[in-house]
Amino acid sequence: MSLLQLENLSVTFGNFRAVDNISYKVEEGEVLGIVGESGSGKSVSSLSIMGLIDFPGKVSADRLTFDNQDLQAMPEKQRRKLTGSDIAMIFQDPMTSLNPCFTVGYQIIEALKTHQGGSKKELKMRAIELLTQVGIPAPESRLDNYPHQLSGGMSQRVMIAMSIACNPRLLIADEPTTALDVTIQAQIIDLLIDLQRQKQMGLVLITHDLALVAEVAHRVIVMYAGQIVESGPASEVFSTPRHPYTQALLASLPESAAGKARLEALPGVVPGQYDRPLGCLLSPRCPYATDHCRKVEPANQGDLDRQVKCHTPLDSEGRPAA
Amino acid sequence: MNQFDDSFDTTVDNQLILKANNLKQHYHVKQGMFKPDAVVKAVDGISFNLEKGKTLAVVGESGCGKSTLGRMLTMIETPTDGSLAHLGEDLLTLNKDAQKKLRQKIQIIFQNPYGSLNPRKKIGAILEEPLVINTTLSKAERKEKALAIMAKVGLKTEHYDRYPHMFSGGQRQRIAIARGLMLDPNVIVADEPVSALDVSVQAQVLNLMMDLQEEFGLSYVFISHDLSVVEHIADDVMVMYLGKVVEQGTRKQLFENPKHPYTLALLSSTPQLSPEKRRIRIKLEGELPSPLNPPSGCAFHGRCSYANDRCKTETPSLRLDNKESQEQGHLIACHAVEENRINLTTQGAA
Ligand SMILES: Nc1ncnc2c1ncn2[C@@H]1O[C@H](COP(=O)(O)OP(=O)(O)OP(=O)(O)O)[C@@H](O)[C@H]1O
Ligand SMILES: Nc1ncnc2c1ncn2[C@@H]1O[C@H](COP(=O)(O)OP(=O)(O)OP(=O)(O)O)[C@@H](O)[C@H]1O
Ligand code: SF4
Ligand code: SF4
Ligand SMILES: [Mg+2]
Ligand SMILES: [Mg+2]
Repeated sequence: MSLLQLENLSVTFGNFRAVDNISYKVEEGEVLGIVGESGSGKSVSSLSIMGLIDFPGKVSADRLTFDNQDLQAMPEKQRRKLTGSDIAMIFQDPMTSLNPCFTVGYQIIEALKTHQGGSKKELKMRAIELLTQVGIPAPESRLDNYPHQLSGGMSQRVMIAMSIACNPRLLIADEPTTALDVTIQAQIIDLLIDLQRQKQMGLVLITHDLALVAEVAHRVIVMYAGQIVESGPASEVFSTPRHPYTQALLASLPESAAGKARLEALPGVVPGQYDRPLGCLLSPRCPYATDHCRKVEPANQGDLDRQVKCHTPLDSEGRPAA
Repeated sequence: MNQFDDSFDTTVDNQLILKANNLKQHYHVKQGMFKPDAVVKAVDGISFNLEKGKTLAVVGESGCGKSTLGRMLTMIETPTDGSLAHLGEDLLTLNKDAQKKLRQKIQIIFQNPYGSLNPRKKIGAILEEPLVINTTLSKAERKEKALAIMAKVGLKTEHYDRYPHMFSGGQRQRIAIARGLMLDPNVIVADEPVSALDVSVQAQVLNLMMDLQEEFGLSYVFISHDLSVVEHIADDVMVMYLGKVVEQGTRKQLFENPKHPYTLALLSSTPQLSPEKRRIRIKLEGELPSPLNPPSGCAFHGRCSYANDRCKTETPSLRLDNKESQEQGHLIACHAVEENRINLTTQGAA
């Protein structure tokens, strides 16, 4: 039984489909990477799992379960209790999720209070323990700091401390390192993966850094314009991409072209709200597009373990199927 | 001991366009009423040669002084020390008029394609503004030039009358590049030009920059924190840490034979797609120290696993690697490298 399971989840804002019928699952102890360019629906799909899409946004799904409990059917109060304790999220922008008016200690203790009890002293001890766990030196002295007194790396560690405060079984980390320097990014990712292994958490790692996902994720989902176009074991998806978009993304990375050779860049940009094409959403940019692609949206091929949303998935040589 | 002392070279094939010598930018910052001003050594003694058609990449973490260097090279800020020569002419000692003329030859492109374009001006006006200020071209001539450059960077004629908000991030970066090209510069300082872009668009812009370099013989100072981009586009690389260069050399030297512990850490922290390219992770403890209160000796000593007592007191100077032949010009500022204390085979850095 999977920890998290979604089937045909969609999120719409008016008549714009920000997330368009996506299905995936996360197992206990698994690191799932979600990649895709800006605006592809990575954040919105995760926020919908947390129940954080506000009006006028609308969420629908054939199935949305955590540990076999139906998140859509359960009472609002119960869902809120679950998300925050069993399911936690690190948000894309740490500055908006740490309140600038309160000390770090106060915010961690508040997070602990809402989900578990204890005396003031116990809560403080637990806060110190959490800060130690995320590698903050002299944690006692940090409790009285305000967020602006922390560096980017430190705030990110505090965010992680808060997110694991209630021992979640599933942690969704939305671009947890994007604003950080590479050496600090490496520290934070190591920390997340250590915690994930220790606690056998499911970890959903959202990022636009394909190489990062290639290094740490077991499985990967590639999103394009609100849809999942490919998913599968990370090593397979990166070595033999089946979807033209995945292939193109990989080819456009600087490390794919030696020296000053030109990179293979897809022409054009990701469609937005007003220019969503008919048929396959990649068809205006896809080198393999046919008239059929421009009219008919491709179905998902394969089972959930290895999916491709293309009429003519690529073979092992990277050529479209005949 | 300075390899940048050699006199100005006028041969055409490796024409020296820009020559920086010991550039410094020290800022005085107020500490409050009763404390003396503190000094931030944002850039503290940087030298390089940039040849025609070449790309010098400047890498390093946030706050190490990359943008400050860029502002000095484009004379947005005057260095507090050092010299800067463009085609043999010292930029800093020229009179205002001559400076203004030469400034046109060195243009800058900024990271943020949203913030750097005036939202109230049409693309045509944005592109022609430098011509209005710096040339005597007629209106028709200016438009002709703008349209020609727009075509070069892959913008369409109909974009001439549009406003910046009507463009995607990648297109805005094309506009910024086009504006940089309006005055026929020979050096472009690009400060994180692709950092805000998605990979597929990043690839388009990098390709464009390489095409333009070939066509116009442009020289680039390419500021970036992304080593995979740098490895792709650079001829020479300079690694900075807290205002100083810690390692400097050709792309090959830096990526195939990195020596400085900080360079090694940067490289090993950069995620790699292909498993063969992954390096053994060198764990760096701690964070970048405050530039207001930099560590004594080698600024990196608090995070360096090779640090010893000498590192805590004596600042290492940037010197040629003694194990390579001298003319290769691979410069490193590290006591451990000089003392042969780093065994790279156990580092997995090869
Ligand atoms: N509250 C909202 N109302 C309307 N549209 C929205 C709202 N929130 C997000 N969107 C749109 O939904 C789409 C998906 O956004 P999302 O934030 O999930 O992208 P993302 O993949 O996380 O991108 P990034 O990599 O930039 O974080 C975008 O087109 C965005 O503009
Ligand atoms: N006008 C100024 N007055 C005082 N200090 C300054 C000024 N400009 C920059 N600094 C300081 O100089 C140092 C170098 O800044 P700079 O912007 O050059 O770094 P950077 O390498 O470009 O960083 P990033 O990668 O974040 O853009 C920083 O510590 C910065 O705070
Ligand atoms: S369905 Fe057609 S257009 Fe879409 S990705 Fe496949 S080949 Fe390209
Ligand atoms: S000089 Fe010392 S502290 Fe600095 S990088 Fe070299 S070994 Fe490390
Ligand atoms: Mg997002
Ligand atoms: Mg900068």
